[in-house]
Amino acid sequence: MKFKFWGVRGSIPTPGPTTVKYGGNTTCIEITTENNDLIILDAGTGIHPLGQSLLKKLPVKAHIFISHTHWDHIQGLPFFPPIFIPGNEINIYGGLDPVTNEGIERALGVQLQYSYFPIREAELNASINYSTIKPGNAVTIEETKITPTLLSHPVLNFGYRIDSHGQSLFFTGDYEPIFNIYLPEDSEYEEYQSFIDQKQQEIALAIKGIDVLIIDSSYTTEEYAFKQGWGHGTYASAIKLATEANVKKLFFTHHEPTRTDDQLDEIYKQLKKENPNLDFEIVLAKEGCDFFT
Amino acid sequence: MPSIHNKELIAFVEKMPAFPKSVQRVVQLTSDINAPAKEIVRVIESDPVMTVKILKVINSAFYGLPQKITSIQRAVVHIGLNTIKNLALSVAAMGVLKPTNKAEFNTQDFLLHSLTTASICRLLAEKLNVKSSECSDFFVAGLLHDFGKIVFAEFDPDNFKLALEKSAEENISLHDAEIEFMGISHAQAGKILAERWELDPILIDAIENHHNSKNNSQLKDCIFTANQISKKLQFGFSGNPIIEENSEELIPRFNLTLEVLIVSLGDLTPIKSEALSFINS
Repeated sequence: MKFKFWGVRGSIPTPGPTTVKYGGNTTCIEITTENNDLIILDAGTGIHPLGQSLLKKLPVKAHIFISHTHWDHIQGLPFFPPIFIPGNEINIYGGLDPVTNEGIERALGVQLQYSYFPIREAELNASINYSTIKPGNAVTIEETKITPTLLSHPVLNFGYRIDSHGQSLFFTGDYEPIFNIYLPEDSEYEEYQSFIDQKQQEIALAIKGIDVLIIDSSYTTEEYAFKQGWGHGTYASAIKLATEANVKKLFFTHHEPTRTDDQLDEIYKQLKKENPNLDFEIVLAKEGCDFFT
Repeated sequence: MPSIHNKELIAFVEKMPAFPKSVQRVVQLTSDINAPAKEIVRVIESDPVMTVKILKVINSAFYGLPQKITSIQRAVVHIGLNTIKNLALSVAAMGVLKPTNKAEFNTQDFLLHSLTTASICRLLAEKLNVKSSECSDFFVAGLLHDFGKIVFAEFDPDNFKLALEKSAEENISLHDAEIEFMGISHAQAGKILAERWELDPILIDAIENHHNSKNNSQLKDCIFTANQISKKLQFGFSGNPIIEENSEELIPRFNLTLEVLIVSLGDLTPIKSEALSFINS
């Protein structure tokens, strides 16, 4: 399958001269299967230019999988032009919010309100279908299987595994590896650690045998010391997971919003130096390039 | 025989608020961005209402988790602290359980009994060398074993009051009196609710059978015994004057009499003080 990043930035769009190379849009990944099915992972601001590119290919049938409903992963939805055009079919998938008990329809509905947007949901001309999905229950689109897995973030977050024509890709959404909330001297430490270990095994199973891992790696290890609990991973945690999963290619994404192109290049150089013997390729996710699994 | 309508019972509990102290602490801790995660977990797992409402959400079929979640700590690992915090806050937003009720059931004594039974249950699990990954399940089972009583006190206070009075006057088991006046015991009501909320079958079974001394699972034996120890040491009071195990008889799982078992556990007063500090501080 072919995939292309339309947004690689975490938290907030960062247009400007220092982000030209890697891009300033928030998360959006386009996947095209061998059957030409269109799967979109997340609807950050990157979905706007993706939508523009689709106007040449009407009618559009798209399957949008939302990892979680933090703003930077849904804010492009109202600006995805295909939703306004009759004849298009837009299928939006995501999890049930445990606190509000609302399905994924909230991702669009919450934004299409008088105070925030001039058009109401009822006025959208495309056929829009919502599917609230469960972890572990795969969605099948032709010969492609998309399986959500619950991953740790401050809001319900799904990582998605896409298996298509013998190839596979896993996108984490936003993900911070779970850490122990107890200190080693606390009586609860060992028990809590055993829960973490069980959860890690579950994740290992979900990503077993994948070709490509696209993972939230917002921080350097040094930065993470001050950002534990914010819900994001590091370059080191990404490499660790990729090594365990025995992937072929690892893509770092969700670049920290203040990170410049030069800093990203420097980090990449450093990572190559510190990890000379990796069995897989490492790549900084970059807007606009086509990749293949 | 009178009987409680399950549907009404379930709908009632959906709106039932949690205990005042934990509601107050949850509001405080969720307003402090630096509040330690373990402190939030501790507050939630010290309140049977808050605990059960969070377990209910996470065990819902909608999350399709590969295994049932039986403790708040496990819940944090699976859906994250922030979600748990917000769930606790949504329970807190329902208000607080009133300290008094028409049944004249003392909620503070009930909470002390539940918390000490929970801690003793965990202690017994450790004594039996239960795997550390399962000890918090024992705590939760102890915490929730009498959940049905606090529901009765709120849902059907008139009949529950009659049951409490008869149990005290005639020195009979409260659950027998409950069946007489309400058609159902707190253990059965706890089971109905726990089933509806799709909790772990092991936990459901333990709640349903916590008065049954002829058990054969570690969890059920531990709850049964912890319940008797808490009552014997008068750590709080949950309305039942009967201590079911004759102290002269051996408790098979531990191969000790209740008296000797209590001695072997060492000084248990810190368990009471810790629970009290939570309830009153």
